[in-house]
This record gives sequence, structure tokens and C-alpha cells, in this order.
Amino acid sequence: MSYFFRKEPEKLIDENGKRIDGRDLYELRPIKMKVGVLKNANGSVYLEWGENKVLAAVYGPKEIHPKHLSLPTKTRLRCKYSMSPFSTPERKKPGPPDRRSIELSKVIREALEPAIFIEKYPKTAIDVFIEILQSAGGTRTAGITAASVALADAGIPMKDLVSACSVGKVDGKIVLDLNSLEDMYGEGDMPVAIMPRKKKITLLQLDGNFTREEFKSALKLAIDGCMKIYEIQREAILNRYKEQKIDLI
Amino acid sequence: MSEIVATIRKNYIRKILRSNKRMDGRNLTEYREIKIEPNFIKNAEGSAMVSLGNTQVLVGVKAEIGEPYPDSPDKGAFITNAELVPLASPSFEPGPPDENAIELARIIDRGIRHSEALDLKKLVIQEGKKVWIIFIDIHVLNHDGNLFDASNIGAVAALLCTKIPVAKMDGEEITVENKWVKLPVKNIPVTITLGKIDDKLILDPVIEEEEILDAKITICFEKNDLICAVQKIHGPLTTEDLEEAIEIGLDKSREIRKMIEEAVK
Repeated sequence: MSYFFRKEPEKLIDENGKRIDGRDLYELRPIKMKVGVLKNANGSVYLEWGENKVLAAVYGPKEIHPKHLSLPTKTRLRCKYSMSPFSTPERKKPGPPDRRSIELSKVIREALEPAIFIEKYPKTAIDVFIEILQSAGGTRTAGITAASVALADAGIPMKDLVSACSVGKVDGKIVLDLNSLEDMYGEGDMPVAIMPRKKKITLLQLDGNFTREEFKSALKLAIDGCMKIYEIQREAILNRYKEQKIDLI
Repeated sequence: MSEIVATIRKNYIRKILRSNKRMDGRNLTEYREIKIEPNFIKNAEGSAMVSLGNTQVLVGVKAEIGEPYPDSPDKGAFITNAELVPLASPSFEPGPPDENAIELARIIDRGIRHSEALDLKKLVIQEGKKVWIIFIDIHVLNHDGNLFDASNIGAVAALLCTKIPVAKMDGEEITVENKWVKLPVKNIPVTITLGKIDDKLILDPVIEEEEILDAKITICFEKNDLICAVQKIHGPLTTEDLEEAIEIGLDKSREIRKMIEEAVK
């Protein structure tokens, strides 16, 4: 669907409490995850989250270039979030990353790093690439969810997975997992990532208008959502070893 | 942004923190001395020099006439940019803004945008054709920790004292009169930054403390105590940490808002 035909919907939540895509307030979009889809990468994941299509690939631990970036006591985790030109309604110009992508790459790195035993591989690099093939709201949380499984797939020792999802405020109500229309026309958006076993929050951003109580209930809802994502991630990893061969298509 | 801090000093910071003390004698939820000097730069439409202890930030606001974004023809625009000038710290390198500078600019931008501090509809000269575009340039001059709060105070104070000329459009011609009006600022967003070291939350960390932080959280409050932007930086936090941070932040944000209002009077 091209952006030429998009207009602001009158209501994002109807009188029966259903959202514009038919979901309940606290319902996630359907999620599918395939592990080990790219043969060159040490770990890889293809994730479909609603209309989002995301690829994550992990290379490493490997030799670091340029050499001066190496850290004496730990591995250097590098993340790159990028959107394909055709991933958005309006074409996204390729080229050097824009300010949004640079910030997202930073917060994604900080969301993933606490889960990795980075001190296991001093002087090396682990590269995480997140490529958004189709975007529909919540790409950073989809990217983190996929990347954390890709890290596990690469066999990198980890303390925990990292599970992420967003919550937001739409028509005055707190809802789970914003789609693109809710993201665009809603009153607020709050992406969250956690390490599920100890419920440590590794990513938290917010924009919009929340009262203190709304913030609290939104955070709780987000953590509950992340726990559901966690189950899906676990299952995806287990499936990886059940099936003989997994292809992208 | 890495400054070299001796291990013995890091250990000492941790040690005294256990008895709720800090290197500079502050308690855990105390700001350093804040100074705001509005209208520091004559050639800017608005500006403010802010110091937060030894952290110094200069913010300049410039206004230009330009075209509105196609999806918001009835609104002016603003752009926030931050420069970590090399003279501010041995760890700042010359060159295009790195991820830290971009994150800084985007957090300040988010606070101003989502609190609707600037009434963009009042910046229209002629709908769909010409609008005012406001540039907020944050220049970090001396880095001694907590750039976020210093920059936010600077940006908001600079906006509050910005004056732009009256512009009119007659056919295709724009006339700018030598009559100056205040920018339509209708909200004062205030960011509050706390760091976490071991299990303690500390307000307004200095650079030595930032070096050993486990995590950092910036919360932006607008009037009516609404939360309009949040960013967690660095390591993990717990739900309890966040609740405590909001608790501390609410009170402090009211104080700082008052301070900004006083300074630009």
C-alpha cells in the first residue's frame, strides 16, 4: 500500500474495544520466526511480526578491523540497524545511515549487550546486522527480538535472551504492540526490551504523553508482552534443531 | 565518550556511595549548581549559556524562512542539532556528529516535540508555502557529565528568550518587518537524568561517575507532571529503579522549571 492512499482514520479503537486491525487491546500481532536462514552468517533469523519483515544476522566472534577498535578485556559488539529502500511507504534513500538509524543502532546494541558474556572473547568483534525488509510499526523491537535469537544461533554464550515489544497510548487507552497507524496517529509509544529471566530492562524509550500511572501500567503490560515473545523465541530456537534444513523461502 | 579514570578512584566512588556520599559532597539526589545566562549571543535570535557544575553548554536558536513539510503544510518546523565540540573534552573527536551527539540531539528534540513546547501552527507565514523553521543548535563547551540535562535547560531557556521578526506574505513577496515577537512557547519540558551505580540511583552524575555507571535514565517531564520522553542508556534497570527515578524526577523537574522561568524573566 502506497502512502498516497493513506489517511488518518477517524477512530483507532471502535466501540467494541477492537483495534483497527481487529485485535484486542492487549493482543500481539501474529509472529513467525525462522532460525538459521542465511548460510554465510554464524547465526541468523527471519522474523515476521504482523506486517513487519525483518532479517537479523550475526557474524563473529571474529577478528576486528580496524584493529584499534579492539578492547583488551571484552569483545566489541557492533550493531547496525538499517531499512531497505522499499521497506517504507515512501522510498527510503539508501546511503549512509540517517540520524534515526544511528540512534536505533546504539540503543539496540545497549539492549543486547547485557545478555552476552562479552568478556569471553577479548580483542574480537561480534557484528549484528538488522535489516528491515518491510516496516509496519515496532521495527526496533522486532529487530532486537530477532537479533537476540540470531546471537544464540551463532553459539555465543549468553546469560539470557532479550525479548522486546512496544506498548503505546491510543485513543486514551494503553495498548500492546502498536501497528503503523497506531504508531503514527496514537498519543504515545514506548518500546521496551527485557532479559526475561530476571526481568531486567535493557531498552526503554518513550515519546508521547503519559501520566505516572499510565507509565506504570504501560511498563507492566510491556513486560508481560515481552514474556510472550520470549516463549516464541524459545520455541524458534528449539525448532532449529528439530528440522533438518531451514530455508528462507 | 570515555574518559580515563583511575581504578583506585573508581573504587573510592563506589565505596563512599555505599554510605550515600559522593566525591563532591553532594547527596544522591542533588544537582550541581545551575547557572543560566540567557541571550548570550547577540547574532542568534535566542540563546542561553548554561553551566551545571563544570559542564558548560551553549545553545543558540536561529530562525529561517522556509517551506513546510509536505505532510504538515499548516505547521512551522524545528530542527535540533548537537555538536560535541572537540575543545570540550579530550574524548571528543572532530568530524561529523557521532552516535552520542545524535542521541543527545534526538532526546532533547523528543522532549520539545512531544510536550508541544513550540506552537508550530503559529509559525506559519502562509499555509502550504512559507513557514518559520527554527534551528536549535546545542554546543557542548565543557564536558563534565550529564550533558542531557544541561542541554535541555539550555535549549528551553534559549527558546523562551527567542524573538523572531514579523513576516508577511503578499502574493509571492515576503516582507520582514523590524518588529520582533516572542516565539510561541507554551510548555517547558524538563529532563531529569539519573545514573545507577551498584544499587544506588544518583542524580546529575559527573563524568567520573558516568564512567562507572551501570545504567543511566533520562526522563522528560512537561507541565502537569506528564512524562513526554524517556531514554534508558547503557546497561539494564529494574522496574523498581524506574519508579524511584520518576519519584525523584517529578519534584526536581518542578524546581528546574521554576529556575528556567526565573532566568528568562
